Amino acid sequence: MGLLTVATTSAVIDLRGVTKSFDAAAPPAVEGIDLRIEAGEFVCLLGASGCGKSSLLNLIAGLDRPTAGQVTVPGRRPAVMFQDHALFPWLTVGRNVELALRLAKVPKAERRAEAARLLAAVRLGDAYERRVHELSGGMRQRTALARALAQGADCLLMDEPFAALDAVTRDLLHEELIRVRAEHRLTVVFVTHSVEEAARLGSRIVLLSANPGRIAHEWTVDLPYPRRAESPGVASLVHEITERLGEEIRRHARD
Amino acid sequence: MPATENTLTVLRPRPVAPPRRTAPGGTARGRGRGRRRRTAAVAGPLSAVTLVLCLWQLVCVLNLSATLPTPAAVGHDLAAAWSSGALAPALLGSLRRCLAGFLASVAIGVPLGLLLSAAPVVRTPIAPVLSAIQSLPAAALVPVAVVGLGNSERAVYSVVLLGAVPAIAAGTLASLDQVPPLLRRAGRSMGAAGPAYVRHVLLPAALPGLLSALEQGWTFGWRALMTAELITATPLPGIGRLLDAGRKAGHLSQVLAATVVILAVGVLVESAVFAPLRRRALRQRGLTAP
Repeated sequence: MGLLTVATTSAVIDLRGVTKSFDAAAPPAVEGIDLRIEAGEFVCLLGASGCGKSSLLNLIAGLDRPTAGQVTVPGRRPAVMFQDHALFPWLTVGRNVELALRLAKVPKAERRAEAARLLAAVRLGDAYERRVHELSGGMRQRTALARALAQGADCLLMDEPFAALDAVTRDLLHEELIRVRAEHRLTVVFVTHSVEEAARLGSRIVLLSANPGRIAHEWTVDLPYPRRAESPGVASLVHEITERLGEEIRRHARD
Repeated sequence: MPATENTLTVLRPRPVAPPRRTAPGGTARGRGRGRRRRTAAVAGPLSAVTLVLCLWQLVCVLNLSATLPTPAAVGHDLAAAWSSGALAPALLGSLRRCLAGFLASVAIGVPLGLLLSAAPVVRTPIAPVLSAIQSLPAAALVPVAVVGLGNSERAVYSVVLLGAVPAIAAGTLASLDQVPPLLRRAGRSMGAAGPAYVRHVLLPAALPGLLSALEQGWTFGWRALMTAELITATPLPGIGRLLDAGRKAGHLSQVLAATVVILAVGVLVESAVFAPLRRRALRQRGLTAP
């Protein structure tokens, strides 16, 4: 594992035999998933489009219920970041964060200062009074990250949060995420279809196959953070995962 | 797992100075924009009224209608009604009744819309009933109200409620249907539930549509009130009663004067109350030019 090693081994997320079907006539979105995520892990759920990554994340977030199996998430409700920022457009940047604090039962007197601190932590200290529609895509996702942190959760679930951003902004936000995650000692479950993103961020990478979504392979990544995309370790890992992902896609195409 | 001590320590506020809110009155640029918006808000209805008056005057000058009084004659009748002390109590009486009926309709219609949105079991039988009531003209509701409640102010209020509640409930339901599912999920993932979910997520997300529903509720309520005041035999001071008195006297100028007041109230409420609220809601969401 990388720089952040958390001593405790208590699982923050435990999935046992989890299956989710949306349509009885179609294959389940995910089937028979057994996954145990320990505190402090950065788990990337990787797979092609439609392999059930987001469905699995929604099950962990409690936004959907499994058709079969058991999802156990002891402790606080995990915070969720979506691909689209999902900020509330009727509130300013600061008020979006304040609302999360309010729902997390933070006393009123502390909310404004705490929201300002969290926005400063994602380098948006001067954007408090701005409207969501005035922000760039990267700034919106930074705000969404600050809002997620405001929930005071131990665990952050991220559903392709940087997929719609340009490469430079995405690169910057990867670094921000690694820093913020270390500062807040977060367990992260990160859904992505990008092998490079998974190799750069994950302390564990879980490859999902499609139709139905099953765990095809797992990698534990011992490379230290921060990781550069062009470093030999990351490049070699990307190559290995891409090979395996290609096999999965070819196998699925034959089926 | 309960929150670890470490998490709590990390999340405790560090001394970062909270940003200052914009000073009251805002910036000079903001004030300039505000003035332009207000000018535009007044100029719209004013130009529409001027156009109608010009066309009306033209019809009179060209003698296209033998019975139509001139705008000046109607204005004179309005001034006479005001100075005789008949207009002010009638106007205030109607406005008070419409406002009370509207507020009661909001208190019933918005929760009803929320209930229908949350419970498909209730929505399936109730939503078509709301549509059916909306298709009924207020004039058809008056006899029902009078037979049921007698020639009383209660009958008038019940007609207003029957006009406004279905419009507000159906409009609320439609605006809730348009709330993006992602915002609902974001709210729930933040732990919003029950009244907090309604207050902080659902209603603000539906606000632009909700304002349209309220505006329609007011309009339907106002129209229903005028009909009720006109048709019922209840001796209530109101604009509808003035209209009826003009009709009975065969005095077209007085009828038109009452009609002008009814229209003026509609235009004023729309441009002074609902339009600014709607513009503000859209501006906040980046849906109109600042």
